[in-house]
Amino acid sequence: MSTTVTSEQVEGIVREALVKFGTPVEAITPDATFEALDVDSLDLVEMAQIIEEEFGVELTASDVKGIATMGELVNLIVTRT
Amino acid sequence: MREVVITGVGAVTPLGIGAHTLHERWSAGVCAVSDGEAGCTDFDATDFLSIKEARRADRFTQLAIAACQEALDDAGWADEAPYASEEMGCIFGTGIGGLSTIERNQSQLASGGQVSPLAVPLMMGNAGSASLAMRHGIRGPVYGIVSACAAGANAIGSAARAIQCGDASAVLTGGSEATLTPLAKAAFAALDATSQCGVSRPFDVRRDGFVMGEGAAVLVLEDGERARRRGARVLATVRGYGATCDAFHLTAPDAEGSGQAAAITAALRDAELEPAQIDYVNAHGTSTPLNDRAETLALKTALGRRAHEIPISSTKSAIGHLLGAAGAVEAVATVLALRDGIAPPTLGLEEPDPELDLDYVAQVSRPLSLGDARKAVALSNSFGFGGHNAVLCLEAQ
Repeated sequence: MSTTVTSEQVEGIVREALVKFGTPVEAITPDATFEALDVDSLDLVEMAQIIEEEFGVELTASDVKGIATMGELVNLIVTRT
Repeated sequence: MREVVITGVGAVTPLGIGAHTLHERWSAGVCAVSDGEAGCTDFDATDFLSIKEARRADRFTQLAIAACQEALDDAGWADEAPYASEEMGCIFGTGIGGLSTIERNQSQLASGGQVSPLAVPLMMGNAGSASLAMRHGIRGPVYGIVSACAAGANAIGSAARAIQCGDASAVLTGGSEATLTPLAKAAFAALDATSQCGVSRPFDVRRDGFVMGEGAAVLVLEDGERARRRGARVLATVRGYGATCDAFHLTAPDAEGSGQAAAITAALRDAELEPAQIDYVNAHGTSTPLNDRAETLALKTALGRRAHEIPISSTKSAIGHLLGAAGAVEAVATVLALRDGIAPPTLGLEEPDPELDLDYVAQVSRPLSLGDARKAVALSNSFGFGGHNAVLCLEAQ
């Protein structure tokens, strides 16, 4: 997999997915918790599919278990690419 | 046994949004069939659901949620349910479940794509009952009923039983279906079940199959004593329920209608009523050659001479066949017809079948002839593939 993936690119895809899931766009910030955004386990499984398709990064349930914010998720993905 | 009353109704049907829209348009003779099918073309899920909620629901569940909101508003529950969570149930029917979800995911899989993690929670037949329970905080008995085109009526009957035996004080019930999909249309056509000419005309000599429709209806059932204590407006009473099975054929009704007749007789017995006390029959009336003949025989067997005196009409003449939602939508239509004392018409019935000699209220609504001051009583018939027969006996207030 390419190593040129930037945080901005990953954040763009994650943000787009959250909006698709129905999260209000103005509520999405790197520090907002998934709990506060009403993003639940089903959303995160869908998110993992999108990440795999976009970046070839496989995220398991235990990978995302400790992830509480979009910022943390973006960092995890970037370190895996 | 506890009295079971209906305090609220809601529906989304091919005639439009709302139970009253269904009642008024059907009574006025409006037919929603277009190009051989009857879709809920006025329905936009985002009018009722957030983006997130809409994504988490197959169309059949979306229709159920919209119908449920109307029913709860109608029952005066809009702000707060008048029962504790554990006292409330949701028993909800569907014939097939989330078929469009299955088809979409199957097509993604076949083209090498991914299957959505939402596929199972959206397609499962209990998604309707589960979603309504989650949305309205219902923590008593909650489950789906699956009995093909009898599911809506079986759900209402089972809900009434749950109240009668004390499992719940209030139950949201009804049915939903949304299968105007390529697979369902091809599959019913392969069985010769659907009309080739695309016309729903129950009891007409030219009838050649049903027209598929989609939609949902929800009824709020409550323990009569509790409902009256809270000052609820009571629309109707569920007087009786009869459920039987033909145990005869996977798709065809028993030609003599004996299983259907047994369900009608059981509903009357449950209601402690005689055929002479029935004022109206909302027929299953699918517009298939086999059903309309068997149902006519069943009505004669169960009701005797009275069968010839009662107005009988088919909601499916106006909205097509809503499969697992049909029994619920037709129960709602029956409740409102009783309230107004009318028999809505069997539309499209222009050339009577000489073999079918009952009064099918052809084309134009008619006032019910209620000789004395007693409350109007109706039967609502629903029969499904698999030989499932469910009959409700409903009494106006």
